[in-house]
Formats: sequence, structure tokens, C-alpha cells
Amino acid sequence: METVLALLVGVFFMSAIYLILSRRTVRILIGVVILGNAVNLLIFTAGRLTVAVPPVIPTDLPTVAGTVANPLPQALILTAIVISFSLFAFLLILSYRAFQELGTDDVDEMRDAEPAERRLPPMEY
Amino acid sequence: MIVEPLAAVDWLVIAPVALPLAGGALCLVLRSRGALQAKLTILIMGLLVLLNAGLFGKVATDGPMIMAMGNWLPPFAIVFAVDILGALLALTTAVVGLVGAIYASADIDIGRRRFGFYTFYLLLITGVSGAFLTGDIFNLYVWFEVLLIASFGLLILGGERAQLDGAVKYGVLNLLATTFFLIAVGLLYGLVGTLNMADIALSLQTLSPEAPIAAITVLFFVAFAMKAAAFPLNFWLPAAYHTPRIVVAAVFAGLLTKVGVYALLRVFVMLLPASHVDLSTVILWVGVLTMFVGAFGALAQTEVRRLLGFVVIGGIGNMLVGIAIGSEGALAGTVFYAVHSILVMTALYFAAGGMERIAGSSSLHSASGLYRADPMFAALFLVLAFAVSGLPPFSGFWPKVMLVRASVAADVGWAAGAILFTGLLTTIAMARIWLLAFWREATQEAPIRVANVDGDNRSAWLGPIAILAAIIFVLGVLPEGIMSASLAGAEALLDPASYVETVLGEGGR
Repeated sequence: METVLALLVGVFFMSAIYLILSRRTVRILIGVVILGNAVNLLIFTAGRLTVAVPPVIPTDLPTVAGTVANPLPQALILTAIVISFSLFAFLLILSYRAFQELGTDDVDEMRDAEPAERRLPPMEY
Repeated sequence: MIVEPLAAVDWLVIAPVALPLAGGALCLVLRSRGALQAKLTILIMGLLVLLNAGLFGKVATDGPMIMAMGNWLPPFAIVFAVDILGALLALTTAVVGLVGAIYASADIDIGRRRFGFYTFYLLLITGVSGAFLTGDIFNLYVWFEVLLIASFGLLILGGERAQLDGAVKYGVLNLLATTFFLIAVGLLYGLVGTLNMADIALSLQTLSPEAPIAAITVLFFVAFAMKAAAFPLNFWLPAAYHTPRIVVAAVFAGLLTKVGVYALLRVFVMLLPASHVDLSTVILWVGVLTMFVGAFGALAQTEVRRLLGFVVIGGIGNMLVGIAIGSEGALAGTVFYAVHSILVMTALYFAAGGMERIAGSSSLHSASGLYRADPMFAALFLVLAFAVSGLPPFSGFWPKVMLVRASVAADVGWAAGAILFTGLLTTIAMARIWLLAFWREATQEAPIRVANVDGDNRSAWLGPIAILAAIIFVLGVLPEGIMSASLAGAEALLDPASYVETVLGEGGR
């Protein structure tokens, strides 16, 4: 099972990096969202895959009985999902707004912050 | 479980995070009351400076402090753990946040206030303080994201074309950097099964040598180098930092890259000392190249705000050299340099804002005659220019001395040469600003607007520069206090025994 998940994570990373290397913001963003999912799967796999009971303490016992599943990776993934989802939503709207204002979704053509033409300052000083 | 109630003084650990967070929420409630928000933010930041000073004093005398969330004992609880390094940087953050809030009261118009400038601003301070004070590596990621989200909001406030363009690049690259950080955290968790920094430091010492720690180290390095804008991952910074309002650019330039440097110090030097030694040559080269990119980039710019972006990068190079050498003196130099850089870069961006106010532009083509228009401002700029170039008697001198001495002691004299040479190039870049913008007679293009700069406004933008210049001067003339604090911070990083003991109790678990 770990091997399958590890391969899946690899495929996700591959596709994400391919998309992020693109020049179009929408493709980059799809890459970012796939990357986020790849990382979530990676944390899930890194937390060990076990067939075990949920980490709940029975009322008649002072501690958990037997092997329990590790809840921490799920807590981490939940946090990461919330954060990456909200940032993705923000970036999606940002790139739409940038497309409206700048008239392009090609990052090479977005030159407002870094204009290509430059004048030299006066040299006589 | 911890059962006895906390002493009042222990709440200082969480105060630098809780206070601005509450303030941000309050500013959101008072969304339509712009003037009130401005006053409230200044009040909160002033209080924060006092609290941080108290925290710093307590940590300096009594050693590291912790606070465990939900009263569960570490390593199971999420902890806030403050050592002298974190306390020093959090104090500097609060000082910069306070002067930024004062500057903002004159700089931020009603529209931006209504769109939540102050909320974002306080959340940014929350995120930065949280990153400096947390003792849990996953929470370090969360605080990175908090400050990232707040910085997005600040960066695009106003929605100008250049801002949107810069924000796309800033946003995507910084999100990638934090994702790399998360990958490294996930893999490290898989390896050692804990997220508590003190516990990681202990567990890694007993790890088998075959463990795949090198890949994790490199991922951490890429993530933090991207955050710190180190070469070759620096391209988002000059694209984005000159586009927002000047107070936003100033606080960004002061704080955000230094969070990356802090994370490098904490994770590399304290948690991964063995891999840090393996990677030190790479870090050294990255540092030297970053210095050169910063210096040459600064020389090539004709727009002061863009020029300052490259000066920020040059400073990061100096700090990386200190991290690469990794001796106590070098690390202390890095810490001192970080504090100096937070103060001086913020002040320089404020000065660029002042140039725009008086001369109508921060371009070296048209800005001119500033010395005649405002000699006081020109004198303050000269202080900052000297400080950022590393010339005595200002704060930039001492960290450079420490770094140069440490490089020579570590047999990498060429790195010392690079520090001095790029320092010279930075001096030339700053001298260009001085000659063209301040010393040159006012040109036809320059609409000197002295008449527009009225009295109360003037103190609101010149005051913050003066405060920071005064601190920079004091740090330059009386460096002993901060130097011993930096040395103590470096010592604690190299030998985290007392930190580990404070977090985990006597003798580890």
C-alpha cells in the first residue's frame, strides 16, 4: 500500500512541477493545487499506514487499548488543506483580476512591475 | 498534564502573538472608523514593544521560557518556546511595527483603511512574532502561512496594475516555498515521529546514519532560501517590493526575509547540525552570490524603491555567510546583522517614501535638490546610507566586523573579501542616491513640494525615520548589549541543551 501511495505522490509531484513551469497563470495555479494534494498524501504516507482502531479511549480503560491509528498526520493534513485551499482561492481570484487589468495571463508579458525599457540616470554627477 | 496555574509573568510568552491578533480583530470590527483604527494600532504596537521588552528581559536573565497549549506536556502539546534569539527578534519586530504604525497614520488613506489595512498589518505582526516564538516546527509552517496571507492582503491593497503583477509573482513563489517547507516537515515527521523542535533536536542525535536526512535538509534549505530571497531564488522580491504603499514595502523589507533567515538559523544550526556542516560550502557560495546579486542589482537600478529591494538581498547574503561558517562568532554576526537589517531597511524604505513626498518621485532621473529642500531629512538619509553600507559609527559596522573576523578565523578569507567588496559597492549605490537625489540642484523635472508637506504630516513621516536612525546610531555607538545578546543567541543555537531541557524537562523525556 505504501508503494502505491508513494508512486501516486511521485506522479502528483511530476504533474505539478510540469504545470508550474508553464507561463500561463491558470496552468501554474492548477499545478499549485496538485502540489498541495501531493504534499497531503505525502504526510499521510509518512505517518505510517496501519490497520488499527481509532485513537479513542474506552470509558472503562485508563488508556487506549492495542495499536491505534496515528491521528496526528490527519490533523496536519486538515490544517494544510484549509491553508492551501484558502491561498489557492485567493490566487485564483488574484490571477483573474490580473488578467482583467493587465489583459494577459502570460507571466512573460506581465511587465508592469518590472518594465523592460530603462533610461540611464544623468551621468554628469 | 500541567495542573498548577500559570504565573502571570508566563503569559508574556504568548502576549506578542495574542495582542496583535486581538487588535486585528478589533480593527475589523471598527472597519468604518479609520482614525480610531490608526490610534488603536499605535497603542497596541506601543504596548507590544513594552511586553516584548519585558519578555526579552525575563529570557535574558532567567533563560528560555515555554508555554504549553492546553496544559499538555511537551512533546505532545504544541509549545511556544522563547529563547534569547526569538525574544530579541520579536522585540525588534515590535519596534519596527510601532514605527510602521506611526508612519501609516500619515500614509494610508481612508479607502485602504476601510479595506482592512490595519487588520492585515496587525496580522502580519502576529505571524512574524509567532514564527519567532513557536517551538513546534509544524506551527512554524502555520505562522509562515499567517504572515503570507496577511502580506498578500497588504501587497494588493489599492489594486494598481503593477501591484497585481507583482503580487502574482510574489504569491505563487512564496506559496511554493511554504509548500516545500511543508514537504520537508512531513518527511521529517515520518523520520523522527515528532514535531516539537526540542524533541527533534534530541531524536536526530540518535538517528541512524543511513536515515535520509540529506534530502530533508536540502528541502528545508530551498524553502527558507526562497523566503529569505537568496540567490538564485530571489526574483520575486525585486518584482514585488516596490509596488505597494511605502509603509507596506518597508515592513516587508524589514521583517519578511528575516523570518527566512531566522528559520534557517533555527532549523539548520539547532536541529540539523550534522547536515549543516555537510551543506556549509553550498550555503557559503549561495551567500556570496546573493551579496553580489544584491550589490550589482542595486547599482543597475535607477528607481530608489527597486534599488532598495536589491540592498535587502545583499544583506541576506551577509547573513547567509555567517550561517555557512557556523562558528559562534559568525552566528552572532548573523543575528546582529538581522536586527540591524530589520531596522535599517525599514528606515530606508520610509526615506524613499519621504523622497516621493518632497520630490514627487523616487526615480533618480527626476528626484533632485532634496538637500536644499529639507536638510534634516537629508541628514537622516545619510545616517541610514552609512549604516546600510556598514560604515562606522552606525549599526551596520559591527555585524560586518564580526562576520569578517569569523570568516578569516574559519579560513575563508575570500568570503571576508566578498563582504568588504560588496559593502563598497553598496556604498557606491547609496552614494549615487545621495549625489543625484540630494546633492544635485533641483532639475526642471522635479516639482519640489515643500509647501505641500505641512507640519503635522511631516512629523508623522519624518518621526519614524528619526526614531529608527536614533536606534541605529545607539546600536552603532554602544553595541555591547546587543552583541552579548547575539552571542548568547548563537551559543544557545550551537548547544541547545538548556532549550531542550526547558521544553522537555530534566534530561529530556
